[in-house]
Amino acid sequence: MANEQQAPAETKKTTEPQPSKRRFGWLNEAIVPLLAILTAVLIGAVIVFVSIPGNKLPTFDLNIYGSRSDWFFSTIPERLRVTLSAFTGLFSGAFGDWTKPSTIPVAISNTLVESTPYILAGLAVAVTFKAGLFNVGAEGQLLMGALGSVAVAAFMPQWFGVASLPAIIHLPAALLAGVIAGGLWGIIPGYLRAKTGAHEVITTIMLNYIALQVMDYLINGVMKDKSATLQRTPFIHENAALPRIISKATDPSLTGGQAYPRLFTTTSSTWDLRIHMGIVLAFLMVGFIWWLMNRTPKGFEIKTVGENPEAARYAGMSITGTVVGAMGLSGALAGLAGTSQVIGLEYNLKAVFSSGLGFDSLAIALLAKSNPIAIVPAALFWGALRTGAGAMQVNTGISINLIQIIQALVIMFIAADQIVRWIYRIKQAEGGKITFNRSWGK
Amino acid sequence: MTANVVPALEVRNITKQFPGVLANDHISFTLLPGEIHAFLGENGAGKSTLMNILYGLYDPDEGEILINGKLAKIKNPADAIGLGLGMVHQEYALVDTLTVTENIILGTELRKGPVLNAKEASQRVRELSEQYGLAVPPDAIVGDLPVGVQQRVEILKALYRNVNMLILDEPTAVLTPQEADDLFRVMRELADQGKALIFITHKLREVREVADRITVLRRGKVVGDADPKTASEGQLAALMVGRDVVLKVDKTAANPGDVVLKVRNLNLRDDRGLTVLDDVSIDVHAGEVLGIAGVQGNGQTELVEAITGLQALPSGSIELLGKDITNRPPRSITEQGVAYIPEDRKGTGLVLGYSIRDNLVLSTYYKPPFTKGLTFNDPAIDENAKELIATFDVRTPSATTTAGSLSGGNQQKIIVAREFTRKNRLLIASQPTRGIDVGSIEFIHNQIIKQRDAGLAVLLVSAELDEVLALADRVAVMYHGKIVGILPIAEATRERVGLLMAGIQEQPNGK
Ligand SMILES: Nc1ncnc2c1ncn2[C@@H]1O[C@H](COP(=O)(O)OP(=O)(O)OP(=O)(O)O)[C@@H](O)[C@H]1O
Ligand SMILES: [Mg+2]
Repeated sequence: MANEQQAPAETKKTTEPQPSKRRFGWLNEAIVPLLAILTAVLIGAVIVFVSIPGNKLPTFDLNIYGSRSDWFFSTIPERLRVTLSAFTGLFSGAFGDWTKPSTIPVAISNTLVESTPYILAGLAVAVTFKAGLFNVGAEGQLLMGALGSVAVAAFMPQWFGVASLPAIIHLPAALLAGVIAGGLWGIIPGYLRAKTGAHEVITTIMLNYIALQVMDYLINGVMKDKSATLQRTPFIHENAALPRIISKATDPSLTGGQAYPRLFTTTSSTWDLRIHMGIVLAFLMVGFIWWLMNRTPKGFEIKTVGENPEAARYAGMSITGTVVGAMGLSGALAGLAGTSQVIGLEYNLKAVFSSGLGFDSLAIALLAKSNPIAIVPAALFWGALRTGAGAMQVNTGISINLIQIIQALVIMFIAADQIVRWIYRIKQAEGGKITFNRSWGK
Repeated sequence: MTANVVPALEVRNITKQFPGVLANDHISFTLLPGEIHAFLGENGAGKSTLMNILYGLYDPDEGEILINGKLAKIKNPADAIGLGLGMVHQEYALVDTLTVTENIILGTELRKGPVLNAKEASQRVRELSEQYGLAVPPDAIVGDLPVGVQQRVEILKALYRNVNMLILDEPTAVLTPQEADDLFRVMRELADQGKALIFITHKLREVREVADRITVLRRGKVVGDADPKTASEGQLAALMVGRDVVLKVDKTAANPGDVVLKVRNLNLRDDRGLTVLDDVSIDVHAGEVLGIAGVQGNGQTELVEAITGLQALPSGSIELLGKDITNRPPRSITEQGVAYIPEDRKGTGLVLGYSIRDNLVLSTYYKPPFTKGLTFNDPAIDENAKELIATFDVRTPSATTTAGSLSGGNQQKIIVAREFTRKNRLLIASQPTRGIDVGSIEFIHNQIIKQRDAGLAVLLVSAELDEVLALADRVAVMYHGKIVGILPIAEATRERVGLLMAGIQEQPNGK
């Protein structure tokens, strides 16, 4: 249709890619989350600076305000020193004290162990964000996964009347049980949403409570370890455990007679690490979800239903199938998070098991903007904060609550990204005023 | 254009670059008080971009804006309104659950102490609506009103803020002919009372009807001015597109074959129990275009959605090539050879956040060659995009550009390209050229006729009577959910069809 007069302009237009957008695309995407973190940390620093109990350091006082007179007389250099030590404490807790190299492996291992369930549960939430759903049920799905896997890992040989099963059967069975239990706990709200329109936020919250009660009931009932004083299940069979990567040999007298596996055995305390194969599973899942979302028709369906359900229906995609599938997949991933905690780390299931993992995963998925690759740094950041917090409190007397403040600020700045854009004068891409989608976490 | 009148608005050398597209290229023009200044231009010529700059939504890269002879800095819509410049967007920014008055005063509430002075506010709304002949029910809930009235509310909202310039970006695209005529009357009234209006449309007839002056844009540049009194539609079209446009569809007589689509006795009621489809029966033959004329909202949408499987049917039957497809899932209907151009391009036909490339496989992504084994076959998808972009002349910087950043005509071309290149037996086109420039209309019309000539059955639904009359071989008229008449094209005069559309039944003994 173009005539000669237009032709040159046309060719010029078509050969011009969008260089800046292409090459630094990921940076563009990451800039707001990174600045959100920076801002949150800076505000955290200011909070420490104004509220520290100056001259009483180090202290184990949990009250971050200290006594009023201390607060009043604390000098500015003193405040600066304490503020700095809060963050060095946080860092060395998470990554080791780099003046003492022997502390590094344990610290990093702890951070990775802490991050493992965050990666898996964060992925779980991200999948539903992509489908335009808001899965608040990762907590419950994770508990069900933990229950399912511990049931198989601790009791399966009993069902067959044998003392033990070979690892080649027992370990996959335990993994599968956790994944299926979590998956079913995700399919229920998915089905209710697709067929009856019951909103998944409401149903998943209710299912969280149900999962908690079911766990309580089982742990105090048929699954209780009668010999233990604590409310917990028996230790799982060693053949159902995910191996540690490197550690000292365990003492079977402390673990119900089980000798849990590891890939490498060491005698040095420096290398006695809790890190287990769960992290490998988590990375495999990151790759799998990336592949699914970007390379396969099923992922395309999930994204399309999230972006524009009308268009998805028009294009012949099944909304019901996709919603149920996405919720099932999400539940399975959350279930795997619970499973890896039980058969990789804890070796049994206690009444106080999750401590909000499922809720932190919402924050992680938001921080990563639902990008499966970005889930890794987001989860590591979260894990590092959690790991470092303990050390910080011990070393500087600054309450662990500081970390919660920073985490809350990060979420706030991500959710209200206009604040960050305004502070740092980052222009929104023009045309961004048109909201294309109604989904979360983008 | 008298030299001694200070222009209400003067624009000098406005330039705006988007990634890969120079949307505005040194645009200059003036707007005089009391005139209706029309802007014409192809899809993607840069009209909306220019208006969004004037209204403070985009920053220009270059250029200046003078209001009443003074240099103006417009950083956001509030600045623009403060300077007396209002805009009515195509997508209205009204709160559906509030009343007309509440919508109009939102953000500028008159107060009596801390309390809203509702009486005085609604008094002012009434005054304004009388002054300009903009009839609105001040206490009605906006969501319950027809589009034409909602648009009046938008205009009143601007007037309430004392603007003396008003931008109307494609205001008639969603209006019935009747509503459009009302709008033109209001526009004339506003101009007569000294307001300056900018009017954007793709319908050349409208421009010649209401405009005092025409500026034509092409590829971001002003390419000429025209006088609506003297310029013909053909001349305007040629100026816009840069070549001669054949405004009349060039087609031979139809050569109808067997029945492809057989619709029998469809009945449907909406949630409130009102009749939407009333015993609808139609046949569409291979090699013919059956046009459905009718004022929008008379059941056309539901009829089409029933055929494509998007609307469940309580009664009636639909057969495609003798096979029953009533209430089958949309994918199975598509796979049996049905192509469908939906009326809501942005909401249904495309995923605006997706690339052109992905949109081009939106309904075939799961089949070979696009999927191989478990995963996508990227080379095939890329090749498909490259080929269709070239064949259908989609104007875009690249195949990875998002569909949402394209102009309306190019978005529609993506849908047409995707739907027409499958193996089809039936083509359903619903409002295929709404909001599209004359060049693209010509292209899409020719494509539809080409499909007909290739032996497809075509069902065309359009609110534009001219479009139906230009393309159809038989014309069915829908009124209140009923087919009130089916005429061969030779007997379908504007008058006869117009009467049927208005619900006036023909007497058996003539008129
Ligand atoms: N936000 C954006 N980002 C990138 N490109 C854009 C954006 N908005 C518009 N464009 C491009 O700028 C050009 C001009 O678009 P504009 O919307 O101004 O056209 P228009 O004349 O209003 O067309 P239409 O008649 O279809 O409404 C087009 O090529 C379009 O693709
Ligand atoms: Mg436009």
